[in-house]
Amino acid sequence: MATLEETTAHMEADHSLRRRDFINIAAVSFAGVGAAAAVLPLVSQMSPSADVLALASVEVDVSKIAPGQAIKTSWRKQPVFIRNLTAKEIGEANAVKLSDLRDPQTLAERTKPGKENWLVTLGVCTHLGCVPLGVGEGENRGPFGGYFCPCHGSAYDTAARIRQGPAPLNLQVPDYEFTSDTVVTIG
Amino acid sequence: MSFAWAKPYEPTTALGRWIDDRMPLPRLVYGAIGGGYPVPRNLNYLWNFGVLSGLMLVVQIVTGIVMAMHYHADAGGAFNSVEHIMRDVNAGWMLRYAHANGASFFFVAVYIHIFRGLFYGSYKAPRELVWMLGLVIYLLMMATAFMGYVLPWGQMSYWGAQVITGFFSAFPVVGEPIRVWLLGGFAPDQAALTRFFALHYLLPFVIAGVVILHIWSLHIPGSNNPTGVDVKDEKDTLPFHPFYTAKDGWFMGLFVTLYCLFIFFLPNSLGHPDNYIPANPLATPAHIVPEWYFWPFYAILRSFTVDLILPAKLWGVLAMFGSILLLFFLPWLDNSPVRSGNYRPLFKRFFWLLLIDVAILGYVGGAHISPFNVALGQIAAAYYFAHFLIILPWVSRNEKTLPLPTSITASVLHGEKAESAPLGAKTVA
Amino acid sequence: MVRILGNIVGAVFAGVLLLAFGGTVKDYFSEPPLPSVSEEFHLEPEHLALSSDGPFGKYDKAQLQRGLQIYHEVCSGCHSLNRVAFRDLKDLGYNEAQVKNFAAQFEVPDVNPDTGEPALRKALPSDYFPSPYANETAARAANNNAVPPDLSLITKSREGGASYVHALLTGYRDPKTYKNEKGEPLPKEGMPASATLHFNPYFANLNLAMPAPLNSDGQVTYAPGNPKPTVNQMASDISAFLVWTAEPKLENRHRAGIAVLIFLIIATALGYLSYQNVWAEAKRKVAPVGPLDPENKAKRTRATAKARD
Repeated sequence: MATLEETTAHMEADHSLRRRDFINIAAVSFAGVGAAAAVLPLVSQMSPSADVLALASVEVDVSKIAPGQAIKTSWRKQPVFIRNLTAKEIGEANAVKLSDLRDPQTLAERTKPGKENWLVTLGVCTHLGCVPLGVGEGENRGPFGGYFCPCHGSAYDTAARIRQGPAPLNLQVPDYEFTSDTVVTIG
Repeated sequence: MSFAWAKPYEPTTALGRWIDDRMPLPRLVYGAIGGGYPVPRNLNYLWNFGVLSGLMLVVQIVTGIVMAMHYHADAGGAFNSVEHIMRDVNAGWMLRYAHANGASFFFVAVYIHIFRGLFYGSYKAPRELVWMLGLVIYLLMMATAFMGYVLPWGQMSYWGAQVITGFFSAFPVVGEPIRVWLLGGFAPDQAALTRFFALHYLLPFVIAGVVILHIWSLHIPGSNNPTGVDVKDEKDTLPFHPFYTAKDGWFMGLFVTLYCLFIFFLPNSLGHPDNYIPANPLATPAHIVPEWYFWPFYAILRSFTVDLILPAKLWGVLAMFGSILLLFFLPWLDNSPVRSGNYRPLFKRFFWLLLIDVAILGYVGGAHISPFNVALGQIAAAYYFAHFLIILPWVSRNEKTLPLPTSITASVLHGEKAESAPLGAKTVA
Repeated sequence: MVRILGNIVGAVFAGVLLLAFGGTVKDYFSEPPLPSVSEEFHLEPEHLALSSDGPFGKYDKAQLQRGLQIYHEVCSGCHSLNRVAFRDLKDLGYNEAQVKNFAAQFEVPDVNPDTGEPALRKALPSDYFPSPYANETAARAANNNAVPPDLSLITKSREGGASYVHALLTGYRDPKTYKNEKGEPLPKEGMPASATLHFNPYFANLNLAMPAPLNSDGQVTYAPGNPKPTVNQMASDISAFLVWTAEPKLENRHRAGIAVLIFLIIATALGYLSYQNVWAEAKRKVAPVGPLDPENKAKRTRATAKARD
């Protein structure tokens, strides 16, 4: 059996300090990597779950919307306005000089080629987030004949561009496409 | 800290000095688990289970809080929300299985930790308070685990809640009103579920607080050791860091490996299939059983089948609570001056009998009711009470103990590797 | 003082328990419990081997597709599958268009957008499989007061899992001619109490309200390239499908588990070596332990030196 003295003597015999430190460092590093890896699921679980992502894209049948009419629908829990513009409204939108616009965009930039009469925008005022009026029959469409936000008086034109009031930007056009002549997929 | 040779905290960096001047927290940590806490040098692996219990508490709190971001404490939606976690939440299945199996592993670590204390006399003076705080932690754990199991609102959740809250109606006069008060209704329902969720979220932090008291009260006398002999001088100890941080660290890796084996490959093996059926108050499961860590107490409860002055149900409830409460008195029931079972041969034999007895009680608690199982449970329960309340007091008075080593170092140097080993000692030279 | 009280309390509890024990023994001998019919005639399911078994188990997508077909054509008339969303079927190997078309075959409750009346609409991939009945009362009314359980979690909520489901589906027997393993015929108490119950020894109570749903080979026609739709094959396929509905993340779990365990084994080994390393510096050694210990190294050096001489 080893006595204290014999053990100490053996101790001096081998002093590869660097090798000893390496093992300790390797062990602690592995533990650190493991701990970091364990954090990943804790962070990712807060991202949208599969059922939420499934509702991230929605299809809308627009065949029943006559020119001059609009509908309100929901996408990612937000209101979306889909309007079938009349020729008069298209004309009014194209007649506006870009330099008059706070957020310059042409109607063509805000619609799909060949489907210039279909205006798809979020129904969220870019000022502080209220839902503007103008979709329903008889609702106030404001001084520019588009949409009108009652909260602070932002007025949008027939291309849903901001013309008057505190809102800084035009109503946002989401990612969408016509998957058929009568069906729009948003998102 | 009571040891004179404990290395004092000396901050080496400017930041360290700045903090130390304003708040002694790093100093406290250094003195508790750093180089400034001397620990007997002969601890065996049974001493690892305290820190493993602490690890499991942290794991349960973390996985529990993130799951609480997705859980609905609503009788109609709770079961669905748990399935939503399992199917749709990113890594949700991992969190759920980690939390469910984590409870089991928490109890495994705590049970080994408790039986270490029973064998080596860690409950004896001057550590009685450490022992009693530990029992408080255990009771809080049992309450937390019970309420947590109700939350998924499966068949076992609901009927387990019915049975456990039904205990209180065993008490005469006040029992039924207390039961209704606890539930907020006449049966487990929305009110009970919401309050169980609130309390299940709260209690682990209470446990954390009591754990701090538990460790604090331990660090006054310092840790016990397998010989039960007090630390005499510096040669008997090693600083906690790096020696026991290294030992705890690697063994934690082993423990977590076993834990992950269950999470990823045996996730439902410790559970009951009936809890994957949504709760139905109109249909009772064929065999209501709690989770495995409650089985010994369930066996004691069900063992009382005769009315004698008191109804059998009340006997069962009193005995079930009594079986844990009697442990508070252990330092006075067993007041032998020799701590470690290694030097108490008669005590050691009865200790093994106790271990077997608790295993039998565990088996009976989870088994179907049959005359054989009931009879076995009754004998085992009788032994349990006899062991702590009759046998141990007698043994501690009348046993012949082996001579103790003069010091820890003497024990270690005499080559009694067996002394520090978990399974017992040969005689000291 | 404590000891005396302890002795008394202990004697009381132990005494009452021994009394209870006596009662149990007496009752056993005076009225020996008779084995119940269920105990005598109930059969444990034989193990069903599936590709998802074991730590490396994976789903057989072709089998899951066949199982989905059986659910759709046979089971969905009575059983809901309401935790499975149509979008989940991508796991079975279907693409988005196929999932959309499959979902469109189902109708889910909705509100008529023009009139506001309750109506049905075609299901979308984000919808869940609809229930065949509006509520539990309707289910009972259509099934002789029995509720066909939802099948999403059936393999996790029954002892025996997929093996039990398979054994049940293939286990229907004629009660008049059935004999158990001991050769005893079924007594009167074990017979179905009415024409609406059906004898099946794999069911805990021996008689269940569901008639054999898979009763003839070729009941469902599989696409070419699949095995023949015998009753046994169909039962295996639906059982495998129901394992998936209960545990869609099984493959993720196995993959993650193997990576995690390998990492942990390496980390633990490194931790162990580090521990040996740290303790080698402790000025105490009872017996040498571990390969890095200087005594063991010295021993090895001496041994090799000796061997060389």
